[in-house]
Amino acid sequence: MAIVELRFTALPEHVRTARLVAAAVARRAGVAESVLDEVRLAVGEACLRAVGLTRQMGGEEPVTVTLDDGEGRFSIEVRDAVPQPVAAGVGGSNGSAADASGAAANGASLDVGESELGLAVILGLVDELDVKAGAEGGVIRMSWPSAKDKRGGTEL
Amino acid sequence: MDLSLSTRTEGGRTVVEVGGEIDVYTAPKLREQLVDLVNEGSYHLIVDMEGVDFLDSTGLGVLVGGLKRVRAHEGSLRLVCTQERILKIFRITGLTKVFPIHATVAEAVAATD
Repeated sequence: MAIVELRFTALPEHVRTARLVAAAVARRAGVAESVLDEVRLAVGEACLRAVGLTRQMGGEEPVTVTLDDGEGRFSIEVRDAVPQPVAAGVGGSNGSAADASGAAANGASLDVGESELGLAVILGLVDELDVKAGAEGGVIRMSWPSAKDKRGGTEL
Repeated sequence: MDLSLSTRTEGGRTVVEVGGEIDVYTAPKLREQLVDLVNEGSYHLIVDMEGVDFLDSTGLGVLVGGLKRVRAHEGSLRLVCTQERILKIFRITGLTKVFPIHATVAEAVAATD
């Protein structure tokens, strides 16, 4: 088991750094090459969401990304320090696509559209996903099989 | 990698060739380009994404914003993309229903609504 932790000020330009670090650590952990694109995209979207929420609320706390290759799975945790009401329906994976296209097609404001799109991308990409929001902030946990996983590859 | 943008006219449409990464950092450049084109009176746009290495939800949002702008002038925004990893992002967000996606610029130029 090995952990890499990254903390960054909630600025959009650091999201790219987080993506690069996550992809590098995932590759080292033995995550399949074909899945690295998904890891990169998903961690970017999770960080974008954390950065967006922090900036929206005028918060100054950094975003924390924890990358862990323990127990045959490569897991990523993205944590912000923005107190949030518990988000409804965020854990499910059905219906998100329709919501995103609906919002876009109906001409919802661009900001709302982007935030919904980000969540739709995460939900569409990641099978093992847990989104929590609470008084101490929000946490998005995602995981993928790594080289040591006996159960084989993930569905693409 | 940064974003590269170039525009040209082909068959009465404006083709925007995009290369590199469209993310939160570079998407404003693309947004600005699309807004400028619409302000200059180009309402039928083709965004060629064959050279795009990475696209996130910010980039999707910019494309949706572009679509809204051209539609306000009864225009169109077509995409050219054959890369599976980029197409997948449109699929999982349901945006394949919103954007006409073509395999080649020639096909997009020839398409009518």
